[in-house]
Amino acid sequence: MKISYEWLSEYVDLEGVTPEQIAEELTRGGIEVDIVEQRDAGVENVVVGYVMEAKQHPNADKLRVCQVDAGREEPLQIVCGAPNVARGQKVPVALHGAKLPGGVKIKNTKLRGEKSQGMICSAKELGLPEKLLPTEQTEGILVLPEEAEVGSDVRPLLGLTDTVLELDLTPNRSDCLSMWGTAYEVAALLDREIWLPEAPAAHPSGKTKTVAIELDAEEDCPFYAAQVVDNLKLAPSPQWLQNRLVAAGIRPINNVVDVTNYVMLEYGQPLHAFDYDKVTDGEIVVRRAQPGEQVKTLDGVTRACDGETLLITDGTQPIGIAGVMGGENSEVTESTTTVLLESAFFAPPSIRSTARKLGLRSEASNRFEKGVDPERIVPALQRAVQLLQELAGGEPASEVTVEKMGDVEDVTVQLRHDRLNNVLGVQVKPETVRDVFRRLRFEMEERDGVYRVRVPSRRPDISIEVDLIEEVARIYGYDKIPTTLPWGQQSPGALTREQKLRRVVRHTLRDAGFNEVLNYSLTSPDRLKELPPLDKGIRPVRLNMPMSDERKVLRTTLLPQLVESAEYNVHRRQEQLAFFELGRTYITEEKKLTELPQERWELAALVTGPLAAAHWQGNNQPVDFFTVKGQLEMLLTRLGVQGIAYRAAELEGFHPGRTAEVLLNGRVIGCIGQIHLQVSEAHDLEETYAFQVQLAPLFEAAVTDPKYAPIPRYPSTTRDLALVVHQDVPAAELESAIRQAGGKLLVDATLFDVFTGKQVGEGKKSVAYTLTYRAEDRTLTDEEVNEVHGRIVEHVEAAFRAVLRQ
Amino acid sequence: MRDRLEALREEAASSIQAAESLEQLKELRIKYLGKKGELTSILRGMKDVAPEERPVIGGLANEIRSAMEKQLDEKESDLQEAALKARLKEETIDVTLPGKQAPLGTIHPIQAVIEQIEDIFIGMGFEVAEGPEVESDYYNFEALNLPKEHPARDMQDSFYITPEILLRTHTSPVQVRTMEAKEGQVPVKIICPGKVYRRDDDDATHSHQFTQVEGLVVDRGISMSELNGILLSFAEQFFGMELETRLRPSYFPFTEPSVEMDISCVMCGGKGCRVCKQTGWIEILGAGMVHPRVLEHGGYNAERYTGFAFGMGPERMAMLKYGIDDIRHFYTNDLRFLRQFKTL
Ligand SMILES: [Zn+2]
Repeated sequence: MKISYEWLSEYVDLEGVTPEQIAEELTRGGIEVDIVEQRDAGVENVVVGYVMEAKQHPNADKLRVCQVDAGREEPLQIVCGAPNVARGQKVPVALHGAKLPGGVKIKNTKLRGEKSQGMICSAKELGLPEKLLPTEQTEGILVLPEEAEVGSDVRPLLGLTDTVLELDLTPNRSDCLSMWGTAYEVAALLDREIWLPEAPAAHPSGKTKTVAIELDAEEDCPFYAAQVVDNLKLAPSPQWLQNRLVAAGIRPINNVVDVTNYVMLEYGQPLHAFDYDKVTDGEIVVRRAQPGEQVKTLDGVTRACDGETLLITDGTQPIGIAGVMGGENSEVTESTTTVLLESAFFAPPSIRSTARKLGLRSEASNRFEKGVDPERIVPALQRAVQLLQELAGGEPASEVTVEKMGDVEDVTVQLRHDRLNNVLGVQVKPETVRDVFRRLRFEMEERDGVYRVRVPSRRPDISIEVDLIEEVARIYGYDKIPTTLPWGQQSPGALTREQKLRRVVRHTLRDAGFNEVLNYSLTSPDRLKELPPLDKGIRPVRLNMPMSDERKVLRTTLLPQLVESAEYNVHRRQEQLAFFELGRTYITEEKKLTELPQERWELAALVTGPLAAAHWQGNNQPVDFFTVKGQLEMLLTRLGVQGIAYRAAELEGFHPGRTAEVLLNGRVIGCIGQIHLQVSEAHDLEETYAFQVQLAPLFEAAVTDPKYAPIPRYPSTTRDLALVVHQDVPAAELESAIRQAGGKLLVDATLFDVFTGKQVGEGKKSVAYTLTYRAEDRTLTDEEVNEVHGRIVEHVEAAFRAVLRQ
Repeated sequence: MRDRLEALREEAASSIQAAESLEQLKELRIKYLGKKGELTSILRGMKDVAPEERPVIGGLANEIRSAMEKQLDEKESDLQEAALKARLKEETIDVTLPGKQAPLGTIHPIQAVIEQIEDIFIGMGFEVAEGPEVESDYYNFEALNLPKEHPARDMQDSFYITPEILLRTHTSPVQVRTMEAKEGQVPVKIICPGKVYRRDDDDATHSHQFTQVEGLVVDRGISMSELNGILLSFAEQFFGMELETRLRPSYFPFTEPSVEMDISCVMCGGKGCRVCKQTGWIEILGAGMVHPRVLEHGGYNAERYTGFAFGMGPERMAMLKYGIDDIRHFYTNDLRFLRQFKTL
């Protein structure tokens, strides 16, 4: 809402208060003022001139030499390039030394040999908002009204001495979508007088025209008032009215339409003028549309309605979409002489949904959506009729006709003084409270520390006690609320175990050189297909109305976006690309959600290229499977997770020979491997390795409180064991067989060498372990160790057809 | 004989002096003092010396032996010292060459800021609660006093999945979820960090996905002055400086009264600068007293209990604290950005 300071001062005593002070008070009171704008935009020394003569320039086809009476002793000679300049016009003249917006200064000069003592200005040159002006005012120079006084400053005439305050209103304060509402608010904040003149009802003097109102959708429209005005002479509105509309950001059209807009700004009640002659029998039927019914609105577009669209009809056909836009068939045109003025209450939900569906948001619908004040419906209508009489020669041709369902009653809300103080945490004096309600102009009775407040219908945002507490607080001043700390029962603060462990994961990976990324939860289905999640049968959750194809579904896996993060950085020549993300995936099997999807915390990490920075000593090897696996293992160690196994697997998007499922106690919780070359190459990545694991099972298995075990008291003995086995024997199986055969005395088995080659034979590999033997209660003898070691050898020989390598 | 001994003394002294290596020195030791060495071989001629002279010659020989031993030892120690010196010299490196830094990654700045916020509130007795990002219309709106067709729903244009399920537009649904879970117990003191989503085009100040930290306190006798106090204490800890707060009335459907909180500008200390648009104040969060209807939805008697709630944006807090100028940086994952936050 844009508020003209000059207009506002008609209703509130603003003496000695600057627009900036009002802005400050409003903002501190909860009505944020975004902009305080001087309308003159720096115009100085521009006066009204009378064009006495406009002759062709002797040396230039497109220029005219004008003699202009600008109230000076001598007429001024001004060369003008505008085609519309003509003798007898009143025009804005920038005199020698004048200033125009944008720092332009005007001086006497010569143009093609003719002296020019100033400039005749266009609307644009004066900084007027061209978009809001009718074309006849924006093409060429601005022609001023005939009554403009020659030699006088143009600024008051064009409303340029005014200041406009632009309010950024929260949805609860729709009462300030009007001059009156803002006047109440400013008067309360400043504690000033207020004058809100009302227009009396105008009665027809001669023959009357019929108006018959029928409300067929009571819930959507419980209150409708109308009056017919005839004998209208359509013309441009007077300058002062145009100025006010322009200041409010509304385009002047003609005196009839302008009056409806003016009263909307003044009272907050949108009005609509139908051409009475197009309304069959003066009948108004408000009803819901038939599904599929069409209405051509006055912007020329044919709108298809559904069963919820509220229509204004004349009983035979729709003549407008209620509260949103009038119909073309009943539009006020140049030939209109009689109008039916509508002032009504349309239910906010109905207007909101229709405006939304049709994509039509207007000044009117904006007010109806938030609820207009039923008490202003008739006064606004009367005011409009009064203005049509004054400005358009109109005469009332019917009485004010009202159809309404029930009466609106003022709301009474109680406020307990104790409660006020308890909620604010401050001691407000009763006289302060009384004063606040006086300033707000709320009637109030006080008894035993309870205020019974009659809330006027213009403030529908106030319905319960806390609403009044807020009113008191904002008028009393939030700056008077102290800072204290809660004294009540103290509670210990803490993270949950899961939250702590998530931090452990983050910090461990960070310390290992990984960079945490944050990717969007919304992605494209195609991206997910490239590296699909392990789960079968799940469907990505789909948005109903996505903003773009890129953000259509919720991710079911984190890896595809990590690949993208890597690609983004490769394209920016970044190195040491190691990323991780901790985030949720959204899992459902439902095609159409009936319940919330499962949100699963997952960890994904990805490394590509060398992990270490290039160093003058060399050794920045590209990452390989075992480096990344080692990083995962390190993390698992840090979390105290045991029971993890890796099982070779062929997974979509991964290298078929370099990928494993990660199992926790036999259950798949994730995967690790090389990203398939087709994928990594498509994203300009070198060999890339990644893993993704679910956090919930990991955290369930995590043991982060260590249990002390005594330091061994007896020495251990080690023996190396080198075996030749078939190449396909997984090392993990071999190791578990060794450990099993070794029993309690074998305390460790460390694989230290693997190789293939001619020495070991085709299709074979040599695997070497260091086995550590120890007993808790004695030093083992050679014989004892030999016995266990022998048992191990026998076992693996039998189980894997392993051959001991000498 | 005496002459031969004297000659030997001279010769040995000069050869020992001239020795250049420990090996050479070892050879000299054998040559002069060994069992078959020159001194021994001279002394073999003792039988030819007159008996009265023998003690004298013997004395001289001993004197020469110990002198030679002393010279050898001294020389040995000199040579050892020289060798060590030489080795150390040879091992000298350019200590200004770059070290081999162990790779150090980064925590995402938004995450780091969330952790800072969590830690401050944990210190003030808050728990950290979480809730679903895909939320029901009920928890996201209705339970928060935003029934369908409420005009304030426009303030948060949302991503719907079905008419009843959407991506949460704020972390406020956790308020009612937490109250329900607490089953009427007090105090309720939680903060809830998390991702939220709105239908905004991504630009320097908007992102369709961002994070919020919601806070909720419910107890008997909770007042606005405590809201003011807790949030001032938080802001001072977060920015690490003494600040002032200013409450301005605002509007949120789920709080009443509702306020926006400004703090004295952390950039200029309140004098006025570009960041605070010369006002000396910067807005950091929205807050208010929990609306009675929200308390009732959470199962708390609004007559007996009061509470306050607040919500802040970690993106904004990070931008203010670290001087970041564009919200898109947080979601681009450019290492040139992320690596600026290694110390967090
Ligand atoms: Zn500042």
